[in-house]
Amino acid sequence: MNLQIALLLSQDGITNGAIYALLALALVLLFAVTRVIFIPQGEFVSMGALTLASFQAGRTPGTLWLLMGAGVAVAIVDGIVAWRRAREGGPHARVASIVGWNLAYPALAALVLFSIDPARLALPLQVALALALIVPLGPMIYRLAFQPIAHASVLVLLIVAVAVHLALVGLGLLFFGAEGTRTPAFSDARFELGPIGINGQTLWVIGASIALIAALYAFFERTLYGKALRATAINRAGARLMGISTVLAGRLSFALAALIGALSGVLVAPITTIYYDTGFLFGLKGFVAAIVGGLASYPLAAVGALFVGMLESFSSFWASAYKEVIVFTVIIPVLLWRSLTTRATGDDE
Amino acid sequence: MSTPAAQSHPVRVRTLPRGTLALAAFVALLAAAPLVLPEFHVTLLDYIGLYALVALGLVLLTGVAGLTSFGQAAFVGIGAYTSAWLTTVSPLPSWLAWTGGSPWVGLALGLALTLVVAWMLGALTLRLSGHYLPLGTIAWGISLYFLFGNLDVLGGHTGLTGIPSLEAFGFAIRDARDFHYLIWAVLLGAIWLTRNLLDSREGRAIRALKGGAIMAESMGIDTARSKIVAFLIAALFAALSGWMYAHMQRFVNPTPFGLGFGIEYLFMAVIGGASHVWGAVLGAGVVTILKQWLQDLLPALLGQTGNFEVIVFGVLMVLVLQRAPEGLWPIVARVFASRERSAAREVPRAEPLPRRTLPARGTTLLEVRGVTKRYGGLLANHRIDLDVRAGEVLALIGPNGAGKSTLFDCLSGVIAPTEGEVRFLGQRIDAMRARRIARLGMSRTFQHVRLLPTMSVLENVALGAHLRGARGVVAASLHAERAEERRLLAEAARQIERVGLGERMFETAGSLALGQQRLVEIARALASDPCLLLLDEPAAGLRYLEKQALAELLDRLRADGMGVLLVEHDMEFVMGLADRVVVMEFGEKIAEGLPEQVQNDPAVLEAYLGGID
Repeated sequence: MNLQIALLLSQDGITNGAIYALLALALVLLFAVTRVIFIPQGEFVSMGALTLASFQAGRTPGTLWLLMGAGVAVAIVDGIVAWRRAREGGPHARVASIVGWNLAYPALAALVLFSIDPARLALPLQVALALALIVPLGPMIYRLAFQPIAHASVLVLLIVAVAVHLALVGLGLLFFGAEGTRTPAFSDARFELGPIGINGQTLWVIGASIALIAALYAFFERTLYGKALRATAINRAGARLMGISTVLAGRLSFALAALIGALSGVLVAPITTIYYDTGFLFGLKGFVAAIVGGLASYPLAAVGALFVGMLESFSSFWASAYKEVIVFTVIIPVLLWRSLTTRATGDDE
Repeated sequence: MSTPAAQSHPVRVRTLPRGTLALAAFVALLAAAPLVLPEFHVTLLDYIGLYALVALGLVLLTGVAGLTSFGQAAFVGIGAYTSAWLTTVSPLPSWLAWTGGSPWVGLALGLALTLVVAWMLGALTLRLSGHYLPLGTIAWGISLYFLFGNLDVLGGHTGLTGIPSLEAFGFAIRDARDFHYLIWAVLLGAIWLTRNLLDSREGRAIRALKGGAIMAESMGIDTARSKIVAFLIAALFAALSGWMYAHMQRFVNPTPFGLGFGIEYLFMAVIGGASHVWGAVLGAGVVTILKQWLQDLLPALLGQTGNFEVIVFGVLMVLVLQRAPEGLWPIVARVFASRERSAAREVPRAEPLPRRTLPARGTTLLEVRGVTKRYGGLLANHRIDLDVRAGEVLALIGPNGAGKSTLFDCLSGVIAPTEGEVRFLGQRIDAMRARRIARLGMSRTFQHVRLLPTMSVLENVALGAHLRGARGVVAASLHAERAEERRLLAEAARQIERVGLGERMFETAGSLALGQQRLVEIARALASDPCLLLLDEPAAGLRYLEKQALAELLDRLRADGMGVLLVEHDMEFVMGLADRVVVMEFGEKIAEGLPEQVQNDPAVLEAYLGGID
């Protein structure tokens, strides 16, 4: 290996590491706020990328049907709850909000998609449309799968997360088929930096990741909703007593996770061929990174993500067949390290 | 939290005659199946049996011990590949020449390898909180799958072919019908072993893991060991299933050992009913048949080929966990279970267990010197000194928040004091873990009752006697420890009668009133044959007569020479019973002395009644 190859591999490693860092942040956020170990995080990546690819190929993405279907399901579930509450003389639910978000919004999305030709839109608009389809799925999944058992043990929530993962991967196959897709790069620019060339897309990925992390930081530090999420993460019961709704916190954090996931997918699609199940491995690598931070520390998770990216990139050079083995086996020393530095726990719940 | 009524535990089903009948009918049907069913259905039953064996391990791990693994398919793979490799490799490496490529040696090697790998994984993850084991198994399941697929010795993604079938005692086990008997005999054997284990001292320790780890450690149970035991058994069942699979299929490739199958095994356990051994069989049957049916139906319906059944399984799983977290088995079991389930059961009687010799009356049992517990800036305990002697009741009183329960936790090893020295029978114990202190002869109750609500009162109290038994997991699984078990249960029964709950012995602990649950805690503490008893608010929630009975019991224990340290708010109870009283306020000891001295102490009066301005 010479310096040039090393630099090239590092460039790959940092690019992928930036994506893993975003996913790891989403995973840490979800675990802190809702205690859900969200295995399907990677599915947002696949769906975001493949939805964008569908637009560019002039097809209607299946995620539109998923959004409409999930919306109807949420409307039914919320409708039943609202009806029961009204019958018992409780406060009336805001019907407009239930219908608006779950029925009208997906219908509007369908109307937009069928009335314009997304393939001819500019890239930023295509990305915005893809996000508009994927991000609402986050809170809908929370509503359907997790909210009814929000107080169950971490273990039960984890099993449910795995079930949701299976269902979403199956749906991904149904909507997008087994073929992989790669979208055109955001920019064709190349920069020569000494001995190596840097792709424009690499800069896009790294720049967007940094921008997103900065935006999240500002959100958590400066806004009321961000502070509410932090409060819920620190002390759920205490936050509730202060009038912060855990349901709202759950939906909001799932919306953020979906946004982060879909955006990662859009960013990575020009670099890697994305299949319906590619996201899962992305998500799991995010998990390895998140575990480095003990599922609690954002900075450690980001460092872990860069480490995973580099390890993957270099092991694909040295022993490409064993790339995945090496990346996922690294969790063992990480767990050993955590096990030695963490005090033994008693009752989990 | 599910209602106790929904959780009929496997150990109970055994006593139901209708259940026994159903089991006999089931076994008869199984035996007849290969004689009447076409080959295809026999093969399907074989697979159900193989899957059920893996799911059975997950019942023990997930439903009973409250841990989980998505990597069981990888253990199946180790069992399958080890024997597949050994029986097909040519030439046999010289260091393995003695094996002659025998599948039976392959089985032994596969199980041994599984033990090593599972032990390593368990040792790494089980000390961490519960979700690291499943995350670790996901990662390990994926990496082992890729390893199988990339190792040339294991045939890469095409796998290994030409694996021999089995032969035992001159019988050839070759086709699906032969394997049917082998697989189901092994499965029924494994179910028998598992049920025996759950109904034993070691099994109670495993059942206490889910929601009772702190209590279990205070009763002297090594919870880390119990977790590893459950994980190892689950891994061994999986490897055994893999071995049979390899020799039945006669070829192996990496596909059935990937993460997807690992998840499916867990689904089988959860859908069938993860806290019931028969739930594994039911779940394996339902999932396997449903999958078969969906794999035909869905591609035709959707006009595409692919594993679309996972969508149905995913949604089904979410619904089951939301609507029926106990799975399908309780629904089926209701058909077999008779109404009058708690028929008069015999109170266990056996020769008493040997007792520890109590220290002479007046010996100092516990010496506490300068114990301080700090939580950040909060001083929960500040330089506490006290002594407890054999044959006395020392009462620790003080307003709420004075730090009494924190002191109890420091003394019994649940938490470590920040500073200070604690000696028990002359030995330093302030750095010791709860379970070692329990072994020395200290036992305690908890202010917030820590019972296992779905287990019977008898079993809860028997947990206290854990350290007085010694027979291990193997003996328990074979029920070769019945003599010892009877003595443990008899001891538990004696202590239950001693606290006046003889009538309620076979009821679930969760069905008792709070006051009675406190008495069960005392019985559990007594079952460990302690010389020092720490009681945290034992009289709270008791009625007047029950309080009197408790006072008499403590009086008798004192007369026998036991030391009692008591936290209590009921002043009449305390002043009538205690030999000496220590008063705490805001983490400090403010008074110590005879009951009447303390009652007139101005500092105590101020703490309780407020200052006189």
